[in-house]
Order: sequence, then C-alpha cells, then structure tokens
Amino acid sequence: MRPLVATLVTAALLFLFFVPMLTDLVGRPSLLALACRILIYAMAAASLNFVLGYGGMISFGHAAFFGVGAYTVGILYAHFASGELLFGFIPGSNQMLITLPAAVLVSGVFAAAIGALSLRTGGVQFIMITLAFAQMLFFFFVALKAYGGEDGIIIRRTNELAGLNMRDRVTLYYVILGFAVLFFLGLWRMVNSSFGAVLRGIQQNERRMAALGFAPYRYKLYAFILSGMGAGFAGALMANFLRYASPDMMHWTKSGELMIMVILGGVGSFFGPIFGAAAFMILETFLAGWTEHWQLLLGAVLLVIVLATKGGINGLLARIFRRGA
Amino acid sequence: MTILAIDGLVKRFGGLLATDQVSLTVEDGEIHALIGPNGAGKSTLINQLCGEIAPDEGRIRLAGQDITNMPVPDRVALGLGRTFQITSLLGDATCRQNIAMAVQARQGGNFRIWDRIAGRRDLWDQADAVLDGSALAGRADVVVHDLSHGERKQLELLIALARQPRLLLLDEPMAGLGHAESQDMIARLREVGRSVPMLLVEHDMAAVFALATRISVLVYGRIIASGSVAEIRANAEVREAYLGAEDELC
Ligand SMILES: Nc1ncnc2c1ncn2[C@@H]1O[C@H](COP(=O)(O)OP(=O)(O)OP(=O)(O)O)[C@@H](O)[C@H]1O
Ligand SMILES: [Mg+2]
Repeated sequence: MRPLVATLVTAALLFLFFVPMLTDLVGRPSLLALACRILIYAMAAASLNFVLGYGGMISFGHAAFFGVGAYTVGILYAHFASGELLFGFIPGSNQMLITLPAAVLVSGVFAAAIGALSLRTGGVQFIMITLAFAQMLFFFFVALKAYGGEDGIIIRRTNELAGLNMRDRVTLYYVILGFAVLFFLGLWRMVNSSFGAVLRGIQQNERRMAALGFAPYRYKLYAFILSGMGAGFAGALMANFLRYASPDMMHWTKSGELMIMVILGGVGSFFGPIFGAAAFMILETFLAGWTEHWQLLLGAVLLVIVLATKGGINGLLARIFRRGA
Repeated sequence: MTILAIDGLVKRFGGLLATDQVSLTVEDGEIHALIGPNGAGKSTLINQLCGEIAPDEGRIRLAGQDITNMPVPDRVALGLGRTFQITSLLGDATCRQNIAMAVQARQGGNFRIWDRIAGRRDLWDQADAVLDGSALAGRADVVVHDLSHGERKQLELLIALARQPRLLLLDEPMAGLGHAESQDMIARLREVGRSVPMLLVEHDMAAVFALATRISVLVYGRIIASGSVAEIRANAEVREAYLGAEDELC
C-alpha cells in the first residue's frame, strides 16, 4: 500500500472509531444507525464489485445472496425460538459465530448453483439470467408462508456474540465495524492474491487468458461463489441489525441499488464501493427527508457524478490527491 | 517426430470455404511457413488449430493426441502456443505482468486466494528471465496501452515463449514492424526455432525465405503447393497464384 493510502485508511479508521461519540456530540443518534447501514452495504457492494469490477461479470441479481444470508439468520433464529428442528435435523441458533458462517455457507451454495448456470452465457444474457434467478428467489420467499411470506421473519433479539450486550446500539455498531474491518482485510488479500491476478486478467481479456491456458469459466465461477458469500455475510449482518429478514431485501431494486453504489464509487477500485455505499445512503437519507420526489433528485445526482467523474468517487479522489501530492 | 498433424480439415462460413481439405504437418525442428494472399484462410486455420473455431471436418493431432474437439485451455496445457495477428494482450497490465501471467499459467496454484501475487518470487524471476536480453528489456514496467505497435508484437512473442510451448503457431509476427524491428524479430525467431517447432503465417517474403525450412501455399482455403524454399520459388503455379511479379521473388 502506498504511504498516502495507508495514512488515509488510518484516518478513516480513526473516524469510524469515533462515530458513536460524534453522533452523540451533534445530538443525532439516528446517524449511528445510518453508519451501520453504510458499513453493511459497503460490504455487499464490495462483494458485487469483486465480480463486476474485478471479474467483468455484470450480475444484476446480487441482492439474492444478500437476502439468502439474511434469511439464514432469520430462519435459524425462528427455529431457535420455537425449538423445532429445521428439516427435522438442524437445530436453530442465535449465536452469531454460528449464524454468520452458516449464512456465508448457504449463500455460497446458492451462488454456486446460480453461477454455474448463468456463467454459461455472457453479455446481456448474463445480466438477464442473474436478474431472473434473483426474482425467482424473491417470489419463493414471498410465497414461503411458514417464514412470514411477504412480511418476512421478525428476529426478536440480535444474535449473541461473546457475551456482549447486543441491545446496546453502540456495541452493535462496533461489532459491525469489527466485521467490516475483517471483511475488507480479507478482500484486500483476495484481490492481491494469485487468483485475484487471474480474475483481473479475465476481465481485461478473456481470449488472451484462454490462450494462456486458463479456463475462464472455472475462475469466474469461483469468483462468483466468493462474491455471493460476501453478499450473504453482509445480509446476515443486516438481519441482525434490522432484526428482521424479508423478501424486500432481495427485490431487484436492491440489486440495482448495489450496482449503483459500485458505479458511483468506482467500478473495479478497492475503496470505491465504500464511498459508493456512503454516498448513496447519505443522499437517500437526506433527500428523502427533504422532498417526496427524492428518487428523481437521486437520479439526477447520480447522473452528474457518473458523467462528471471518471471512475466514480474513487477516481475523483485519486485525482485530487495526486494533484495535491 | 511429427508434432502437429492436420488431416483433411474443412471449415465453411456459410457458402464460403475458408478451409478446404487442408492437410499438413509440422515436424520437430521445423519452421513450416504458411503463405497466401489476404483472405486465403490462414488465420482461420490457426484459430482452428488453437481451438477458437471448430472445424466442420477433419482431424488435428498434437504429438499424436487427437485435439480436434478439445477446448482452448486444454490444448495450451498440452503445449500449444500461439501469437495473435491482431495483438491480444492485457491492456492495463505492464509488459512484465503480461509475461508473468503466462508463467503463472504454467506454474499453476492459481486458485489460491490467500497468497500474495507480488510475493511469488519465482514467478517474477522467470518473467524477468524472459525479458532479459529481449527488445523489451528496458520497457518492463510500461503499461501495454503505452506500447508502440512493434513493441506489442514483440510482447506477443515473449508471452508465448514464457508459456514454454512445444509448438508455436505464429500469425504474422512481422506485420507492421519497421525494418530494424523486423530484422530483430527474424533473429529472435531463428533462435527460438532451434528449440521450438513453428507454424509461421507470414506475408513478409524476406522473413519467410530467411526462416522457413518448408513452405506451404494457401489460396482460397486450399494448399496449392508445399515444398522447400527453392521448390516454392521455382513453382510456376505459385508464382501465378500468389507471388505475382518476378522481382518480388528476389
Ligand atoms: N467468423 C467468420 N465468419 C465469416 N467469414 C469469415 C470469418 N472469419 C473469416 N472469414 C472469411 O474467411 C476468409 C479467410 O479469412 P482469414 O482471416 O482466415 O484470412 P487470412 O488468410 O488470415 O487473411 P489475412 O492475410 O488478411 O490475415 C475471408 O474471406 C474472411 O472474410
Ligand atoms: Mg490473417
């Protein structure tokens, strides 16, 4: 990492650490909830960016994995509360160290199935087929009356973790922040790994990579599964934060929002999805408080940012700092 | 030993016979040149050999093994190397990274998500060894987008060599090179040809005559003649169909 980037990351981490104090200071504790949502969406957007930006696969159904992760937490909680076994042999759980890995695993399995089929196509077909699979899952959960149908599952209490008081909003924020830091450290490793190099190669020139002996399908599928796992992880945290899991979480508009965050922040950049998620959530919150027609305004702002900046917010910042340095 | 054997290959694009009953071999130690006018079907043949296009009829064997229906990466794993007529590189990557990717492909271990690509010393050492003494030695860290056309052609060859193929398919490696660059490329190919047999598609007759141990002439998808440099130079049919004016032969 270049020194400037390292300095900025340290500063950002310090800022994130003091967010609870700052929101108290300005007397707007609701901003803490916004910070939690930004962190969670940043992880989901970064997962999408792994396939979209690094791998060149335009998945328009990533909210599906987000939702599957959330439902894993929800369903495990429901069975924990009722004491009934899931499928007759899986006990429920309210332990975060069980539910989060379970969510990652289950969303990974879904990503493997959806990816294996959709990656046989390419281009516009791939976009449509990932969208179609996500909508199928959406309608499946809407119809799933055993788990609340369109209302989804209420999770009465956030999962337990190491005896922490998860009802305390500040504690929950730090838990989410901690998981986000781990998530991005892991992502950093993956992007700079042998596999990460191959993935970027495939994004740049699939024909060349095949001519070198790489079978693109297998590498893309692997990336797709990892990405689905990441989105599922974010969804599991969201279920813990909101204390419910509902089909809305995997509606196609959510997939669209994730994609907007990635584009807004800078496709294929490491920090872009974080900026994108923050910008999107902040704009949404404030524009919605200001006017009913906030979506129209949001669209306009997005258009300006995408047209006026090359490489999204990340590209803009990179240029500002390069000029300053 | 015969490294590449093509037998009765046919490829039709609609009504167009791009490959018409082509049979040829490349033997160990051989630089087999394939010449022919524009649109004769040379690139189409190369693309069938490396698996990007499926032939309609015929068989292709690499070192005795039938590869006719094998996917591209599997053929590459068996030792088939190629360069592209229109360069096909990793545009955002440097020369060194492009070459390292070929070394990486050969070494394997590429599903590892927890190592550091920058820390694979052996990989970068081997990439540097390929660059050393090449025309691109001083341009290792230049991004492909900033390379000249000639440099990209050079890089195509270095990447193919870094993969350490048993057979090289070269599609017009001289095209668009300046005089000095061409001389350089010819010297390089002669050196490579000592250890790696090649099928060389080339329009530059000086290069073909300087390098080839055998020449086949492709016209409208058909091989109309095949023989030594002297035989092809003397062949009346070839002169008429392809080589044209007498002075081009000298
Ligand atoms: N994918 C395709 N679909 C239809 N026709 C094609 C296709 N590819 C090539 N052709 C045609 O097949 C013929 C042979 O093309 P090819 O590119 O193999 O020629 P070439 O000998 O490599 O020519 P050049 O010397 O210009 O590179 C041409 O008439 C070309 O238009
Ligand atoms: Mg050609």
